[in-house]
Amino acid sequence: MKAVVHVMLKPGVLDPQGEAVRHALVALGFDGVQGVRQGKVIELDLAGEDAGAAQDRVTRMCEKLLANTVIESYRIEIA
Amino acid sequence: MRAAVIVFPGSNCDRDLAVAFRAAGIDPVMVWHKDTSLPEGIDVVGLPGGFSFGDYLRCGAIAARSPVCNAVVDHAARGGLVLGICNGFQVLVEAGLLPGALMRNTGLKFVCKPQVLTVASTDTPFTAAFDAGQTVTFPIAHHDGNYTADADTLARLEAEDRVAFRYRGTPNGSASDIAGIVSANRRVLGLMPHPERAIEPLHGGTDGAALFAALAGALTAA
Repeated sequence: MKAVVHVMLKPGVLDPQGEAVRHALVALGFDGVQGVRQGKVIELDLAGEDAGAAQDRVTRMCEKLLANTVIESYRIEIA
Repeated sequence: MRAAVIVFPGSNCDRDLAVAFRAAGIDPVMVWHKDTSLPEGIDVVGLPGGFSFGDYLRCGAIAARSPVCNAVVDHAARGGLVLGICNGFQVLVEAGLLPGALMRNTGLKFVCKPQVLTVASTDTPFTAAFDAGQTVTFPIAHHDGNYTADADTLARLEAEDRVAFRYRGTPNGSASDIAGIVSANRRVLGLMPHPERAIEPLHGGTDGAALFAALAGALTAA
């Protein structure tokens, strides 16, 4: 079973890297890029579990390590 | 008086920190990150600067979950002293011993220079040897020193006099120019600047020596 975790900075937390990417896109002539937020995608290969148990376990992984919930939010996809 | 200096893969200020402890009369012992307990009779734990675990995932994140960190958290819970410098500060926030988070510098650059700070609180075992409002110069060397916390946390830090050091002119975008904070019981200090790199004239300044002298004084008085 695969789980994909998307980690993003929470709304309102300044993302200086995203802002630098936005500036670079504008410099390349891409108009209308009003905002860029940069995050992380983490793929997990999990030994056979049912989807519900995997969701619970990955949620605990996010809370304990994969995301810093002071500044980051996360979203889990189980596939 | 004994100090434990925790060594992670990628720590690079561990020996500097040990020298600074020894110069203040505190015997340092190096402790590997895989150890599950601290040696007997440790008065203060030092978490050194560096790039523990290559800054993978987030700075300090992996180190904060290493076996020895459970022992450090227990030490802090018993009211033990903990000093985290630079990467050590990042480990302390990731371990939940201090509030907030340290993000990428707003200028996106690694900043490496002498930095003027003001001593914002002298009511800690780490800063009691400074004068209130005194300016000191410690080196800074970091890419992720931009201190962030929610408004309630920032208000609480101010109300409880827990900001130990502030930047004079922010080098990294930190909220309220915060360079270092202490825990609610004032026994855990995390700061981005490097006092251990300012203890001998050959370092270019000796302002950091007072921090280690204060620690030694607090331990002698205890």
